[in-house]
Amino acid sequence: MEINAKSTDRKLLLELTGELDHQGAAQAIRELELALDAALPLHLALDLSGVTFMDSSGIALILRAQRRMQTLGGSLLVCRVPQQARRVLDAAGIDRVVTIR
Amino acid sequence: MKKTMNYITLEFLSRSSNEAFARTAVACFAAQMDPTLGELEDIKTAVSEAVTNAIVHGYPNVLGKVLVKAKICEGNVLEVSVKDRGRGIPDVEKARQPMFTTGGEERSGMGFTIMESFMDHIAVKSVPGKGTTVTLRKKLAPRRRQTA
Repeated sequence: MEINAKSTDRKLLLELTGELDHQGAAQAIRELELALDAALPLHLALDLSGVTFMDSSGIALILRAQRRMQTLGGSLLVCRVPQQARRVLDAAGIDRVVTIR
Repeated sequence: MKKTMNYITLEFLSRSSNEAFARTAVACFAAQMDPTLGELEDIKTAVSEAVTNAIVHGYPNVLGKVLVKAKICEGNVLEVSVKDRGRGIPDVEKARQPMFTTGGEERSGMGFTIMESFMDHIAVKSVPGKGTTVTLRKKLAPRRRQTA
């Protein structure tokens, strides 16, 4: 799992690449926390276009990001979601609590 | 009981690094059923959930064996069972509820929901202190094959 962070004007973009399973998500959550603590963003975007596989571990990552952004008084956007990951998000009904584009 | 046409058995240690191996191995085995890409992704996702549950919940803070058996049954049905001899689930019905988890913030509690959504049938047998077996079944759609 690779995460590329880009931060400007309290906007943070995290580009995720690789397999977002239990092992990958555990690492991604650690890096998410570090990136959020460094940037303290008002807007966070998770770009999933490089995710080649995702299971419910990816949902845990997204819900963690959502909780952190609520604490910061900011917003979360999940974007460029590949088809397999999208089906996992749809099955879990995550679009009811998180903005997905 | 449907006749078994072919099967594989995998046994591995409950290390997270084996999750990708297990789901990929089952998907490779299922490929001989000529599945669609969507069906193959559904199988990989459901197997990933079941194997992760065995690793995270069956053997928390301890290593144990996980046994995966994949069977091709007559009627183009794939059956996958994931078995651990770990701590078991005290209340299976509660564990299958969406958002229920004992796995902390790294887990979403949506594993069983995903398995139910992506497979046709799921059965969970668990005995506290003895282990858990999750059986997943999916009938693959017949595909029109090209003739020469």
